[in-house]
Order: sequence, then structure tokens, then C-alpha cells
Amino acid sequence: VPASVPAHAAAPPSYTVQGGYTIPEPLTDTPGDPAMGRNWVINRKLGNCLSCHQMPIPEEQFHGETAPALYGVGDLYSAGELRLRIVDPKVLNPQSMMPAFYKTEGLNRVLKGFEGRPILTAQQVEDIIAYLMTLKDTSKAKN
Amino acid sequence: MAGLVIAAVPATGAVAADGDGTRIDWGPYKVGDVRSGYTYAGAQTRAMQDDDFQNPAFLWLERGAELWDTAEGAAGKACADCHGDAEESMADVATHYPIYFEDWGKLMNIEQRINWCRETQMQAEPFEWESDDLLGITAFVKHQSKGLPVDVSVDGPAAPFFEKGKAFYEERRGQLDMACTHCHVDHPGDLIRAETLSQGQANGFPTYRLKWQTLGSLHRRFRGCNRNIRAEPFPYGSDEYTNLELYVTWRGNGLPVESPSVRK
Ligand code: HEC
Ligand code: HEC
Ligand code: HEC
Repeated sequence: VPASVPAHAAAPPSYTVQGGYTIPEPLTDTPGDPAMGRNWVINRKLGNCLSCHQMPIPEEQFHGETAPALYGVGDLYSAGELRLRIVDPKVLNPQSMMPAFYKTEGLNRVLKGFEGRPILTAQQVEDIIAYLMTLKDTSKAKN
Repeated sequence: MAGLVIAAVPATGAVAADGDGTRIDWGPYKVGDVRSGYTYAGAQTRAMQDDDFQNPAFLWLERGAELWDTAEGAAGKACADCHGDAEESMADVATHYPIYFEDWGKLMNIEQRINWCRETQMQAEPFEWESDDLLGITAFVKHQSKGLPVDVSVDGPAAPFFEKGKAFYEERRGQLDMACTHCHVDHPGDLIRAETLSQGQANGFPTYRLKWQTLGSLHRRFRGCNRNIRAEPFPYGSDEYTNLELYVTWRGNGLPVESPSVRK
């Protein structure tokens, strides 16, 4: 597995949560690319968001059922609110099943080869946010 | 017994028709809210398990039966020399393991018991974990309890080990920072990508997993579930996994021993 995962930047994740509900500042200077974001949410080694969420990605056969569908999520939340939900959802719900995708602190017994680096790079998080902001169709939500 | 259960279930689409399968009469495979992995498996996989001639695990059972009668080690003894007919002497043994083993001051599971017999009783080398020999003899011993309800004891001297197993089960780990509970307590019946989550019960192990194309132990499954969340697995037979085995097995008290089961 480790071989196919791109090496991440050495700098530890840094971001500021405001008011306990949002990270308004983007993590990178380069704006997110929604087409790349769509790739990352499918990719099983990266976001693999589809393992838990249903999304408007018809070419992928199996969508998970353990979490809310994300069809209209770009209407529900601001980019900053989505950023917090991807960076560290446990700020909002300490019991959450959802991994923190941009965090390295406080993890327990991380598999060799994955220690000290977040699941996604800062740019991948920004790409995913850009993609999620395009999801506006609440009528298609399945659960 | 297994044949009767299948007959009670409509031949096709039984699971789909009921959504999550909670209202289907699963016979002994469902005790209250406790459901064997069998009840989450696809119809084809269940059919493979139900038919001894289709169940690939039966190759390992044959190997186990052979080993039962084979003398090995400096003592020149076979399992049968001490335990006689396995159908009698091993009739309900698997329902009680892991046990608290006084000499060790900790838990012992069936694989460890078998290797204890090899080392101390037969003066033979222990079998290696995941070898066809250990899987075969384990499946053979457990198969003698097939259909009998799992009934492990978790009080008395086993209690502190049970508590450790429970804590392990509930503890987040790995880069994905998840606990066993997130998948097997909160979401049985739900898809996680292409897999239907079950309650993660232990009553079918060793299990023939189609993905593995071989029989595998419960500890192999634990290692796989740890790895999937990018957590460093523990070694086969480690105290951590044997304690976890007691907790996981206890969650399924009352389910029938199914060894060797077939799973996706
Ligand atoms: C292992 C399961 C899992 C994975 C993988 C996962 N999520 Fe989640 N997600 C959840 C759960 C469960 C919730 C519900 C809120 C909670 O419990 O934190 C959630 C909530 C959300 C929400 C808020 C939805 C709402 O309607 O409030 C967003 C947005 C989200 N996830 C995005 C993502 C993205 C993007 C990815 C991949 C980069 C991802 N999730 C991966 C389980 C997961
Ligand atoms: C990310 C989700 C996830 C987590 C976390 C997880 N598992 Fe699993 N587990 C699965 C999947 C998927 C399967 C295969 C389908 C099934 O039986 O649930 C499985 C199967 C199993 C099985 C086999 C069940 C059978 O009937 O054959 C056992 C036992 C098990 N898990 C135990 C555990 C234990 C113990 C932990 C924690 C150390 C754990 N799992 C953590 C996803 C998970
Ligand atoms: C020389 C005698 C001897 C041989 C050979 C032997 N065992 Fe044992 N076995 C024992 C003794 C003694 C015990 C412990 C009985 C007790 O404490 O109740 C035992 C216990 C067991 C138990 C647990 C029974 C229970 O009720 O807890 C199993 C399972 C077992 N043996 C399997 C095997 C297998 C499989 C083999 C061959 C690989 C084997 N034994 C070979 C003497 C032997």
C-alpha cells in the first residue's frame, strides 16, 4: 500500500478553527480544482469518501450507507464549514466515525509508513471542497 | 440443521426483500439481536457453507482429521492417543474458548491449546499460525462443536482480560482513527463501499474467505480490520488479540459454532 500513496509535505498541518464551526482560510494559495476533487473522493487510497457517503458519481457502482448523502452539501455549508468537516470532523462530533483527513496529532498506532502524515494533502482538501461546492441538488439526496 | 434453516428462507432475494434482514427467520443464526455473519452473507456464499461438498474448507477438515491420528514429536503420540474419538472428547470444547489458563495466568484460545498439547504433551514443534496444519486441526476441533451455542465465560479470573478486550474493541486506532464499534456496532447491515458490514462475530472461524482463497484464523481477520484503517496490526496469538477474541466471542454468546464458515 505505502508505495502507491504519494509522499506528503513534511510540514505538519496548520489551520485555525473559528468559532468552533469553520476554517475560513484556505489551506493553500492555489484555488481548489473541482475536477481533481472529484477524483480524490473516489480514490480508495485517498478520500475514499464513497466508502461511507452517496454522491452524484453514477459511474462508481458501490456507494456507502454509513453516513449522510452529500448530494446537496454545497448548498448546506460554506466552504469554511466544509473545510472543518474534512480537516477534523471530531471538532463538531467527538464520536464521529469519519476520519480527520488533515490531522496527524493524537492518533493511535498508525500503520508503519503512514505515521506523521495526514490522509490528504492540503491541496487535495482544497480540491475536494471545490468539488463539494458544486453539489447543490438536495432533491437527489437518498437518505 | 443447516439445510432446514435454508429451507425456511425464500430461495432468492430473501435479504434484498427485507432490506436489512432483521425480520427474516434466520433460525439459529440469529439470537435476539445477535446475528451471525451468515445472515449478512450473500445467498451463494451461504449455499457454499451449507453444502459440505461445496464448502472449500472441507479440504482443511480432512487435513485436520489426518493430523488427529498422526503421531508426532518425541513422545510419539497423536491427539487421538490422549483424546480418543474427537466426536466425543471434543464435542463442545470450542463453545468455551478462549478460557483463562491457570498455568499461564492469562487467556488461551483453541490454537494456543493445540500448540500447548503439541509442545508439552507430544514434545513436538508448535504449528505456525496460518499454516494449513494449524488451520486444519483448529477447524477440525471446532467443527466437533458445530451447531452448539457459543458460551464463553467472562467472569472470575477471565474478567480483567475480558475488560482489556472490550477496551480494545472501543478504542480508536490507525490513521483513519476508527474503533471496531464504528463498523460492527453502529453499522451492521450498511454498505461500506462494496462490503455489507456485519456484527463482526467470531462463531464461524476459522473461515474460508473467498477473497483470501484459503481458510484463515480470527486473528488474521483482526489484522485485516486493523490494516484497513491503517493501524499497525498486532502479532498472531498476541495477548491483545486473544483478549479481543474473548470479548468478540462473548458478543456472540448463543450463536451456533459454524466453523468452518464461508465468507466473502
Ligand atoms: C468512515 C466513514 C466516512 C468517511 C470515509 C467519510 N465520511 Fe464524511 N461523514 C461521515 C459521517 C458518519 C458523517 C455524519 C456526521 C458525523 O458523524 O460526523 C459525515 C459527515 C460529512 C459531511 C457533513 C454532511 C452533512 O450533511 O452534515 C461532509 C461534508 C462530509 N462528511 C464529507 C466527507 C468527505 C469529503 C469525505 C472524504 C474526503 C468523507 N466525508 C469521508 C462518515 C465518513
Ligand atoms: C472500517 C470498517 C471496519 C472496522 C473499523 C473494523 N472492521 Fe471488522 N470487518 C469490516 C468489514 C467490511 C468486514 C467484512 C464484512 C463483515 O463481515 O462485516 C469485517 C469483518 C469482520 C469479522 C468477520 C465476521 C464474519 O462473520 O466472518 C470480524 C470478526 C471483525 N470484522 C472484527 C473486527 C474487529 C475486532 C475490529 C476492531 C479491531 C474491526 N473488525 C474493525 C470492517 C471493519
Ligand atoms: C499426551 C497427551 C496429549 C496429546 C498427545 C494431546 N493432548 Fe490435547 N490435552 C491433553 C491434556 C492433558 C489436556 C488438558 C486437559 C484438561 O486440562 O482438562 C488437553 C486438552 C486439549 C484441548 C482442550 C480440551 C478442553 O476441554 O479444554 C484440546 C482442544 C486439545 N487438547 C487438542 C489436542 C490436539 C488437537 C492434539 C494433537 C495435535 C492433542 N490435543 C494432543 C493431552 C494431550
